[in-house]
Amino acid sequence: MPETINADMGASVWKVLVAAGDAVEPDTTVVVLESMKMEIPVLAEYAGSVTAVHVAEGVTVQAGDPLVDIEEP
Amino acid sequence: MNQPFPRRLLVANRGEIARRIIATARRLGVETVAVHHQVDAGLPGVAEADLAREITGEPPVAAYLDIEQIVRVATETGADAVHPGYGFLAENADFARAVEAAGLTWVGPSPDAITAMGDKVEARNRVAAAGVPVSGGAGAALSDVDEAVREAERIGYPVMVKASGGGGGIGMTIARDADAVRKEFARTQAIAARSFGSDRVFLERFVESARHIEVQVLGLDDGTILTLGERDCSVQRRNQKLVEEAPALGLDPVVRQRLHDAAVNAASAVGYRNAGTVEFLVDARTQEFVFLEMNTRIQVEHPVTELIHGVDLVEQQLSIAAIGSVTPGFAPRQHGHAIEFRLCAEDPARFFPSPGPIEEWEEPCGDGIRVDSGYRAGLAVTPHFDSLIAKICVFGENREAALERAREALDGFAVGPLRTNLPFLRDLVDRPEFTGGGYDTGIVAAVTSRPAASTRR
Repeated sequence: MPETINADMGASVWKVLVAAGDAVEPDTTVVVLESMKMEIPVLAEYAGSVTAVHVAEGVTVQAGDPLVDIEEP
Repeated sequence: MNQPFPRRLLVANRGEIARRIIATARRLGVETVAVHHQVDAGLPGVAEADLAREITGEPPVAAYLDIEQIVRVATETGADAVHPGYGFLAENADFARAVEAAGLTWVGPSPDAITAMGDKVEARNRVAAAGVPVSGGAGAALSDVDEAVREAERIGYPVMVKASGGGGGIGMTIARDADAVRKEFARTQAIAARSFGSDRVFLERFVESARHIEVQVLGLDDGTILTLGERDCSVQRRNQKLVEEAPALGLDPVVRQRLHDAAVNAASAVGYRNAGTVEFLVDARTQEFVFLEMNTRIQVEHPVTELIHGVDLVEQQLSIAAIGSVTPGFAPRQHGHAIEFRLCAEDPARFFPSPGPIEEWEEPCGDGIRVDSGYRAGLAVTPHFDSLIAKICVFGENREAALERAREALDGFAVGPLRTNLPFLRDLVDRPEFTGGGYDTGIVAAVTSRPAASTRR
């Protein structure tokens, strides 16, 4: 069952650094958000593979919106 | 009113500073034009202006950076002057030129002064030529270890041994004597060659305990540069100021005078006109200082200067823009102590941005309390702009009194469910690191690494 990484805060998506199928390690940056003139890197918590990316660069997200799904191997 | 001011002022900004500029203009009988992106339509400053025009852009910040659009709105609304506030286009020489080219008055320094101070290397060279101290070490690469030691002796210990291509703290080490320079020079050269593809190494003076102190200046058309005291802005996190106070504590009077003289020389070096701020890095131990940069605009923290001098800097900006000089009878007299706290929409523990809705918003008021805010209940703080939402400023006969006022003011501020750094600010004013004065730029790290001694609710 993949786990979803959600946005922590209202922000716009500045960079999407992974695509479905990519392998990630703990602390791999998957998305960079921009909120209030700050870049906020969103990190993978554990190793796994990306099963879905819910956002595109430039879109606005609210706190709690899903960003990326990661499945443990 | 005998004093000529602009007749109709367009304020090319948003939030608290737009509202604050509009307030002074209204007091002086100057009509105001507010520009706002649609997401800012509900901000109090928009309603308080005589005229409001929507400007468009995507993302919204682009609207406030759109020179052509803003100048067009100024012309269409019959404005005869433009105040840029801070941030956005405030230090954009092209904007200043476009405003002047449209036949309007630019409330700020000349485009040339903006350009000169905007280029860090040029600024440094210009002020150094005017006798203002700049940081030791010219940034020139050193050819060998003996030259490095000679350079270190010239700069004075401790020095920072730095890889020319380094960054983010990599390839930087502190050396406290000649032996250390010999050792670190070779080591840094090796790291630099391996990591940055260049073995160029240079030295800089390392300030272990630094304070950030800045001097407010007003430049007049006849070349006079007036100073209005200094501000201590050492309470910073990620190089962002959180709390500022005036005057700076514990400065030797001779050093204070030298800081003010250096600020005058720096401003004179570029023929500065209107309000500006010269920033210095001051060694907390030796009180030696170097020029950091000059901000060619009104500063966020200008209220502390206003409070201890009994002046309105925006009024003086408008006066200088209109007649090249301060208002007749302008006679600032420094008195008392003032502190400003920046209220930011952010997670109080992690300092992360935290935009959100405002249901409750209650500002403290009373003697010695001034709140410059850009929001009210019923609005939301969006993620599109920086997190500063209000400035809570206090004044007292002395610092003790100002701190007492600060506790009252911070206790009296109610905001929610939007998360803000209010708990951090309230905690800070009870911390001995802050109340005792004598702090340096490490204070936020020091305070956040140690939990509050007592929890008060």
